[in-house]
Amino acid sequence: MSFRYLGLDAERTDAANKAIGQTHYIHDLSRPGMLFGKIKFSEHAHARILNIDTSKAEALPGVRAVLTAANTPEVRLGFLRDNFALKRDKVRAFRDEVAAVAAIDPDIAAEAVELIEVEYEPLPGVFDPHEALAPNAPLVHDTDARGRPVTTNRLPLEFAHESGDLDDGRSKSVHIVSGTYTTPLIQQTCMGTAGCIAEFDTHQNLTIWAKTQIPFLAQRDFNRALADMGLKGRNSRVIVPALGGGFGTGLDTHVYEYLSILLAYATGRPVKVLYNRDEEFANLSPRQSSEVTITQGCDAEGNLTFRDIHVLQDNGAYASWGATYPSVMLMPATSLYRVQNVRFASDLVYTNNTYAQAMRGYGNPELTWALESNLDDLATAANIDPVDIRLRNCNQPGETTPMGLEITTCALDQCLEQAAATIDWDAKRAANNNGATKKRGVGLASLIHVGGSGRIYRSDASGIILRLDDYGNLYVYSGSVEMGQGLHTAVTRTLAEATGITPDHIFINQTDTATCPWDVGTHASRGAFVTCNAAILAAAKLHEKLFSAACDIFPAEITKQHKKRCADADHHLPELANLSPDDFHLLDNRISLKSAPDHPCAHLPVDRLLRAMHFTDQGQMITVEAFYDPPSVLPDWEKGYGNMSACYTFGTQAVEVEVDTETGDVTILDVAIALDVGRVLHPKALIGQTLGALAQGIGYALYEKVHTSQGRIQNPNFTDYKIPTAVEMDFPVNIHFHETNDPHGPFGAKGIGEPGLTPTAPAISNAIFNATGIRLHHLPMTPESIVSALKTPSS
Amino acid sequence: MTTRSSSALQVSQPLSFTLNGHVVHHQVAPHALLLDVLRDELEHKGTKEGCGKGECGACTVLVNGRPVNACITLALEVEDADVYTIEGLAAHDAHGRALSIVQQAFVETGAVQCGFCMPGMIMTTTHFLEHNPNPSTRQIRVALAGNLCRCTGYHQIIDAIALAARTNPDRGGA
Repeated sequence: MSFRYLGLDAERTDAANKAIGQTHYIHDLSRPGMLFGKIKFSEHAHARILNIDTSKAEALPGVRAVLTAANTPEVRLGFLRDNFALKRDKVRAFRDEVAAVAAIDPDIAAEAVELIEVEYEPLPGVFDPHEALAPNAPLVHDTDARGRPVTTNRLPLEFAHESGDLDDGRSKSVHIVSGTYTTPLIQQTCMGTAGCIAEFDTHQNLTIWAKTQIPFLAQRDFNRALADMGLKGRNSRVIVPALGGGFGTGLDTHVYEYLSILLAYATGRPVKVLYNRDEEFANLSPRQSSEVTITQGCDAEGNLTFRDIHVLQDNGAYASWGATYPSVMLMPATSLYRVQNVRFASDLVYTNNTYAQAMRGYGNPELTWALESNLDDLATAANIDPVDIRLRNCNQPGETTPMGLEITTCALDQCLEQAAATIDWDAKRAANNNGATKKRGVGLASLIHVGGSGRIYRSDASGIILRLDDYGNLYVYSGSVEMGQGLHTAVTRTLAEATGITPDHIFINQTDTATCPWDVGTHASRGAFVTCNAAILAAAKLHEKLFSAACDIFPAEITKQHKKRCADADHHLPELANLSPDDFHLLDNRISLKSAPDHPCAHLPVDRLLRAMHFTDQGQMITVEAFYDPPSVLPDWEKGYGNMSACYTFGTQAVEVEVDTETGDVTILDVAIALDVGRVLHPKALIGQTLGALAQGIGYALYEKVHTSQGRIQNPNFTDYKIPTAVEMDFPVNIHFHETNDPHGPFGAKGIGEPGLTPTAPAISNAIFNATGIRLHHLPMTPESIVSALKTPSS
Repeated sequence: MTTRSSSALQVSQPLSFTLNGHVVHHQVAPHALLLDVLRDELEHKGTKEGCGKGECGACTVLVNGRPVNACITLALEVEDADVYTIEGLAAHDAHGRALSIVQQAFVETGAVQCGFCMPGMIMTTTHFLEHNPNPSTRQIRVALAGNLCRCTGYHQIIDAIALAARTNPDRGGA
């Protein structure tokens, strides 16, 4: 297949504006008469609220509202309805919101918050998920959402799977290895912090400028809040400014958004709430910590015989969408490499820690960390090369996995071979480290991820509207969100390819629930997959309308033009009678005949056709829409079964490291990445997504952890919470993309937003193992943990 | 952002400086930060606040040619200084706009994703290349260590800076 626009390195549509500082984020927006909101957070991890005295705050000049649960309608949130915009009787975490202030400037709002006095009766807290499951553990929630008493901290959510015969698999195993692997709380650390502006019109309809990845689910949530506020039937309009990073932070609605809404309603003024970096670290939901216990077996040849996995997740005090990480963990657990007998079980537990939410990869990095580390140990036990054991059990196109995932295209075997060859696997595995204090090693790990969106909601659709004006410009209205990943560029290039309108005439409008059609959200690596699929469907409708109109207009216009300009020319017009829509095509903004595409005068600029359609009796203008819902099913989570995605992305990362055995420092020397992406839509954006995800994977592997003590976050800043800088990322990265042209992908493309970080931590750990012989079980793999492991005699 | 006491709604002080080549006369509170004055009072929103404590570099501006974190610089410190922000790099005239070599290089190499760190990155780079016209990759990486980015993994940013260095007409020898 050859393309005019796809696969070429055109400039990103949003890059120049961002490079000159003219892109406007929530931080840069204001509204006339706007007030500034500030939140009073809890001073305890777990306590009863005895009294809140707001009198001093209310008396401060410039304060316009002070809200507590006592003077505010109860607004509940969270998909289990277990959270409240303002806490009434009890706080369950340090980040719990007990009051909110609106004032005429941010400093006065901050001062007013300091003047609010809250009396608490501290309660014993529970901060470890194991302790939270103990019989007499303090209960984080005394009742469920309906007010019925509860007796456990376990969330009422089941994600499980059992297929084949685990005992039979065990009995056929020659080698069996087990391990428990943990991951820490980490922060998404978008460079642009979270915030919103809420404003009501005179009819009590809400407009909210929100840093969200789910504008339409947010609209649903906010409409529900309006109903809680006595405004049933009123509507929320969600407008999404430039995001400043998403990484999952925008996958749920946030308490600060509800407080902004309540403050705007109470004051009759627009209210902005913007987190500073400290507030973001302390109060925005991070990636939750997890503990994965895994056992895998293989026969003498290395064929996998069974896999048994248990996941324990510290959910924190409330349930956000992050609680459903096991829904994605089921995918690698059942379907990364071929294994017949699988058991997956999970426990999700309330604690008095900060509650977690989505982050890029959504459970897959956690599970893959355990699975690929453990598989390396299995290879060692079986005395098989780690590449060979993976190739032997490699997924293949056409297979249906134990979870029911239908693998359409899959180049995992090629990815494994490519990554290994690029890192010079055989030579470097054999390198002798004896005697050296700095030891080198190579390791690799692979991934499966949803490549054709991921159905975690009853609709997995994305709508698009295309509108043409009198000048041949194409306006695009889409509900999916440009977060920086390059979505608008991918959609522009795809539409140029599919419509024949050139990219400079394609304009993508701001995502706005009032103007754009429904989209479930920009998550699950789905943005380009669903939006470009919708765009291709809409482009066909656009052609249908244009070419139908052309049947009459084209002959008349061409004949006129020919007489005027080509009277003396020696060429003749092609046959123009009885044309049908199928006879036309559109390229470079010109409509011509397929039978005579290069005819010197048998072509019509699309804007002339559009004006001819518009400025006539009963004139018409062209707007088309398409709604794309991928061919997938919502899995039965309790059985862990169902084809959740239209296709799957595969890939392998291989890493060479040097470990200083005296200091524990790990230096990455080389990285090779091979990814089955279906189709390269825009090389630089794809490379950028892959490299950016790799950096997040390296941060996860080596540096990042939100430290907590009795529920309080200890390192809410970039000095104490380390993300990779340009210096840490100083190593070559070789990237190979395999274009498997998936039948469900837009021009064959699969989703690629998350795969880049999924296998990074186990690939690095496996390289450390190759270099030193130590197997690490906890992220991040800090120098301290490496030195400590080196000093511990291996069992 | 620091919290000021509203009871001491302070005597503001005169401040004069040059902003992107234009003289500015302004009144600022003694505790006002350069970042807040630029963004909230002078409507120069291109400079971003990423951390508010000099850790991330998103607020980098040039003061008398040197990069500073505007989030930890008092506005009064720039009295009589020559201040450049991201808005001052591209050339504008009646015939349109021309991105600076550095800005153009960031666009061309695909170095821009969410864009929030970009103004700071580009200001740091602009200063760095003026003093290091032929940098090594390692020198570029060290120079950028105070500018955090969460989207890109930095590789395409490094490519952009190397490209800008190659493109720079002032570069010696090349």
